[in-house]
Amino acid sequence: MLELRALSRHFGGVKAVDGLDLTVRKGEIVGLIGPNGSGKSTTVNVIAGLFPATSGEIRFEGESLAELPTHKRLQRGIARTFQNIRLFGQLSVWQNLWVAQNAPDDHARRGFFSRWLGGQAGVRGEIAQLLEFSGLAHKQDELAANLAFGEQRRLELARALAAKPRLLLLDEPAAGMNSEEIGQLRSRILKLRDQGITILLIEHVMELVMGVTDRIAVLNFGQKIAEGTPAEIQADPLVRKAYLGGV
Amino acid sequence: MDFYYGLAQTVGIHTLIGLSAYVVLLTGQVTMAQAAFFAIGAYAAGMLTVLAGWPIVPALGAGAVCGAATACAVGFPALRVKGLMLVVATLAFGEGVRLFFFNFDYQVAKGEIKMGPLGGEGFRQIRYFQEHGWSTGEVMLFIWVFVGLAMAVLWWFDRSRYGAVLRAVGEDELAAQSVGVNLTAVKVSAMTVGGAVAGIGGGLYAHYTTHIEHANFNIMLATFAIAYPIVGGLKNVFGTLAAVIFVQAFLIEGLRFLGDWRNLLFGALIVAAMNLRPQGFLGGRRA
Repeated sequence: MLELRALSRHFGGVKAVDGLDLTVRKGEIVGLIGPNGSGKSTTVNVIAGLFPATSGEIRFEGESLAELPTHKRLQRGIARTFQNIRLFGQLSVWQNLWVAQNAPDDHARRGFFSRWLGGQAGVRGEIAQLLEFSGLAHKQDELAANLAFGEQRRLELARALAAKPRLLLLDEPAAGMNSEEIGQLRSRILKLRDQGITILLIEHVMELVMGVTDRIAVLNFGQKIAEGTPAEIQADPLVRKAYLGGV
Repeated sequence: MDFYYGLAQTVGIHTLIGLSAYVVLLTGQVTMAQAAFFAIGAYAAGMLTVLAGWPIVPALGAGAVCGAATACAVGFPALRVKGLMLVVATLAFGEGVRLFFFNFDYQVAKGEIKMGPLGGEGFRQIRYFQEHGWSTGEVMLFIWVFVGLAMAVLWWFDRSRYGAVLRAVGEDELAAQSVGVNLTAVKVSAMTVGGAVAGIGGGLYAHYTTHIEHANFNIMLATFAIAYPIVGGLKNVFGTLAAVIFVQAFLIEGLRFLGDWRNLLFGALIVAAMNLRPQGFLGGRRA
């Protein structure tokens, strides 16, 4: 579904991502782990189109993404969350989800006028589902900026889902969460997989990564140093040395 | 009574130019070009009624179309830059338009006299209202019909998904892009809507003053245009209206008895207003 071939992204002399090969197959949950500064977030940003790759190739469902601007990549079916939450703080929870309804089938189903200038009535059902899924139904009229941290994380995930993605890029979704919240996140991620959404999960929280992923790739200094099932990765001496330490 | 009608006309027209900047400000862009779209609407509508003999309403519509088309054309290159660079770019464009009208001659003989724009002399005798025997009160009502219309349309935009998208772009362009918003299309559309509103305002202005010239459309007007929505707040269109009333009716007319002291107080009161209500009179629901 997603193929990265010899993907590199350099910032001046810094090779943030250096010749990364990675394949994500349909329906999989693939983890991307590694120490801070190893190029995980840069990889997500390059896939999402925030900045171009220095070299290498990104193919999604067989087609190259290189020429597509960010908003078109979303319409192809790639949505993301941010490591440092980026909600529209002065919009309500409900409006955050409304703004994000940019899936191509929304374009096809609704006319231009109802999509842009229509009121809230036509989309209530879909947004109610997203609110339900993320446990934010009771907060729908709150400003996003006034939500608690964990709620903001949930809203950001829901906002990514509002565009009906086929591939979801999660950039440290569990950062700053307590273990109860991580448990809920884990069951949400598994539910999304059951709905057929493919997920690339970047995470430091091993409890989550080891629990939900089918495969894990490990980055260090922009290069992939290992790839395999969670059990293989935990046993890999190179990974232990570079990242996991005494786990 | 005529004094109050005149004041209401001024407030109405300034509300229109304030609203034209309001739409663009929602997307977080600071534009100094609104006076230029206003000027284009003013000249276009004036020339259509005076030289082509059009009725007022179609002429105003054409002024709106000219303002919108210019705004759209300027929007594509201008909105590639942000922040201060956009201010400079739109300021330069505004001055360019003003200087264009400073040099713009297009006179046609109407009976004994020649009519039409004459460079620095300006464009005199835009007397549609007088020729058709409209009273000041009627002109005032006519202006307010358009103000009401513009406010209603923008209120509707604000309540629709389009309005939420404009505000989302204003808050975080990167996040907006990442949820599938086409930034260029949204910003240029806001600029275009603003251009149309300014164009109508300009057309009305030309007809109620009957004489326009390049100096009417200077940086001062562009500054007022963005000052109204900023002072009034971006919560909704009524903030802009409140700010126009505050500035035009209270600061400019209401304090006239102070003579020269008024100019001193004018600046001080704007500063005081912004300090007391930094989010604007009808400020948003800031967290």
